[in-house]
Amino acid sequence: MLVFERGREGRGLSLIPACDVELVMPEKSDKRKRALHLPELSESELCRHYTDLAKECYGVNDGFYPLGSCTMKYNPKINEDMAALPEFTEIHPLQPEHTVQGCLEVMKTAEEYLCEITGMKRMTFQPAAGAHGEFTGLLLIKAYHDSRGDKKRTKIIIPDSAHGTNPASAVMAGYSVVSIPSGEDGCVDLEKLREAAGDDVAGLMLTNPNTVGLFDKNILEITKIIHECGGQCYYDGANLNAVMGMVRPGDMGFDVIHLNLHKTFSTPHGGGGPGSGPVGCKEHLAEFLPSILVERGEKLSFVKPRNSIGEIKSFYGNFLIVVRALTYLMTLGREGVPQVSGNAVLNANYMMHKLKDCYTIAYDGVCMHEFVMSLSDLKKKSGVSAMDIAKGLLDNGIHPPTMYFPLIVDEALMVEPTETESKETLDEVIAVFKKLYKTAERDAGELHAAPVHTPVTRLDEVGAARHPVLKYEFSK
Amino acid sequence: MGSYIPGTEREQKEMLAETGFDSMEELFRHIPEEVKINGELKIPSGMTELEVREKMRRIAGRNRVFSVCFRGAGAYRHFIPSVVKSVISKENFLTAYTPYQAEISQGILQSIFEYQTMICELTGMDASNASVYDGASAVAESIAMCCERKRKKALVSGAVNPYILETVKTYCSGSGTELVIIPEKDGVTDRKALEDMIDEMTACVCVQHPNYYGNMEEAGTIGEIAHGVGAKYIMSVNPISLGVVKTPGEYGADIAVGDGQPLGLSLAFGGPYLGFMACVSKMTRKLPGRIVGQTVDKNGKTGYVLTLQAREQHIRREKASSNVCSNQALCALAAGVYLSAVGSGGLKNIAVQCMSKAHYMAKLLEEAGCTIENKGSFFHEFVTVSDMPAEKILADLEAEGILGGYPLDEYRVLWCCTEMNRKEDMDRAAHIVRRCGKC
Repeated sequence: MLVFERGREGRGLSLIPACDVELVMPEKSDKRKRALHLPELSESELCRHYTDLAKECYGVNDGFYPLGSCTMKYNPKINEDMAALPEFTEIHPLQPEHTVQGCLEVMKTAEEYLCEITGMKRMTFQPAAGAHGEFTGLLLIKAYHDSRGDKKRTKIIIPDSAHGTNPASAVMAGYSVVSIPSGEDGCVDLEKLREAAGDDVAGLMLTNPNTVGLFDKNILEITKIIHECGGQCYYDGANLNAVMGMVRPGDMGFDVIHLNLHKTFSTPHGGGGPGSGPVGCKEHLAEFLPSILVERGEKLSFVKPRNSIGEIKSFYGNFLIVVRALTYLMTLGREGVPQVSGNAVLNANYMMHKLKDCYTIAYDGVCMHEFVMSLSDLKKKSGVSAMDIAKGLLDNGIHPPTMYFPLIVDEALMVEPTETESKETLDEVIAVFKKLYKTAERDAGELHAAPVHTPVTRLDEVGAARHPVLKYEFSK
Repeated sequence: MGSYIPGTEREQKEMLAETGFDSMEELFRHIPEEVKINGELKIPSGMTELEVREKMRRIAGRNRVFSVCFRGAGAYRHFIPSVVKSVISKENFLTAYTPYQAEISQGILQSIFEYQTMICELTGMDASNASVYDGASAVAESIAMCCERKRKKALVSGAVNPYILETVKTYCSGSGTELVIIPEKDGVTDRKALEDMIDEMTACVCVQHPNYYGNMEEAGTIGEIAHGVGAKYIMSVNPISLGVVKTPGEYGADIAVGDGQPLGLSLAFGGPYLGFMACVSKMTRKLPGRIVGQTVDKNGKTGYVLTLQAREQHIRREKASSNVCSNQALCALAAGVYLSAVGSGGLKNIAVQCMSKAHYMAKLLEEAGCTIENKGSFFHEFVTVSDMPAEKILADLEAEGILGGYPLDEYRVLWCCTEMNRKEDMDRAAHIVRRCGKC
């Protein structure tokens, strides 16, 4: 039942005292005439409504959540407590500097830790999400070339295995996209890269480990090829969980990076956001960073980068997300950070190893924090698709892996277990995966019909897009 | 050191052995040695929960919370009902990913559908997306919605919040959109100047209403001017004002955007906030980001899905209408709970109180020796100018635990009142300002 269908006219909460000054209303020409339909509910009805909705959601504490490339790790509770401190939540973004020293300390410390982890010089927290960070990073690259009078660089090279946000961001930053095919091993094809590299290339966007879960061992050669043609190297930090504390993007030759605090640094995804996509860069790009940076001195202060690209949103980013990420980093410390990547990689390899005899692994070998299976053979054999297996997992209380991504793998399921899962959980899940494979061979129809134990069964997506119903219609 | 890894050392060894590795290091053996970190990271050692809590509390303690606040300028202190926090703390909402798997995400999808409905109700528009990053990026995205091959010029009022203007500049520099700023006159968009500037190449005209100075724009007339040359009309609005002020729909806007922070989100040093975006039905397929639609399942049961995805980056890649992927879903949920808690009457009451208190405060400051710059009608913000330096006024207020208005320059201050400002606090603040003028 929709919230609009609950309650009765005249119900409501008792929230605000009567106005204690003379009432003033807009002039007639600016006064709202259109009726305003908002719910009228008692507090108890309101709470019951959202509790009902919460029951039909799946969070990281509901079970295994191996959504590849999304790093659905456990979200620590202390992070939430720290982000709820009134000394953070009640601070106006435009308060005088000397009254917000704590906020500046959070931003500065987080910058210092994350720069050390990534091998970058400076970092901005203004980008609100990964894609926002990509856009920002590309504008830094553009500003850098422009500052050198180098205006002929119009292209960004992006492997065909990349996230869709990469090419979309490149276009928003005014670039055209050169998509290069991956080699047979799923990594960058060096020959193709050399062919694409030239004096019209502004830069390369790359995820390493890449989206098939492999660390590109030619990484130093890759960044060298780009640098030799005068381009800049952009690191998409979506997969940093695989290598943090072990390898730094800065040491791989990257000039600018974005991180996803909502992936690698344990902040919750909120059903789609808010995230945080800080952008770090090497010294030569720092003068172009957006908005403000925090400097240490007698006291902490805001400083505008000399040749800043400007603002990319209001204020300083999703600050409370940064508080959570810093809390996480303080908890882990220098010993804990590499243990995260180590165990993330171990869990992925363990799962891959145990599923190998059943499912086809798209790229065999040692994987990093995630691996990709292709259900192409199974589909040919039984008619059961990656989608069907995913829906079968739902009936077993497991969130499916990322489906049909990366695009270079047919019938792909991309599995990222993360380091916060125990061996028992992995063993249980492996058993379910195998059971579903057997079901597929025996009775494809059962999986075509899945899920059946969820609040709704498969939904008509085609109908939804063809005849969009995007809001509730109130009866006149 | 704290850790969230369940595996014990013994289990690690077992798993390594079963997988065919001798050690954890071997898992990383294929990575070239020359890129590996030599030694340890130079960050402090990890800490227990007790230690982390103490350390973060100490850091937080270096901030000052003002119990009385007259500062807005894009971030507003409003009353937040307890139910808001209660709902958005539920971990099924908090920790879930984007609802790609609709069958187990009906709660989130329905909450977004309800949010979209409420945003349409507030703005008088036909369709809303599931949110973007904030009000400023919403304006920037809305301009991209209007640009076409032959129309690549955006006219944006100089009387919008500076963060909006700066954000739009950055986005336009990326996309190659020509941005022209319409000058302001007497604190509002200069209509005459707009008429001179607009032409057939204009993709859109954008104003903020009420604008940065709290002033009401000639919002209907500006829309007519935009439509006169076939340009789209974008209005950036404060959602609280929509309790009493005409909707963008009533003014003739094609797109309504704004920052949803006043709807149940704390000030939080600037974020996370919420960008809302709504439009007339013929522009629906140009909206960026997630959109939820109603449909039915195989058994005919009503359900909700992410829809119109052919616009989005994961399908269209470089041809997508925007790169937006993550949005501000939990903030949209907060806004939905907030609007359900206050209801229609409550929102109207809050809007009226904001406006009434701002006018009361303006009168007090006038009596205290300031001049009110706003010539016409204003909502909950206004500008004072006086011969007392803004810095001095604000320092005197700060000494008494009051966060005064936002200094626009040496002598001008932008003040804001909401339902949170009690009469006695306004009287006290005005008294301090008056005293400041006398010394």
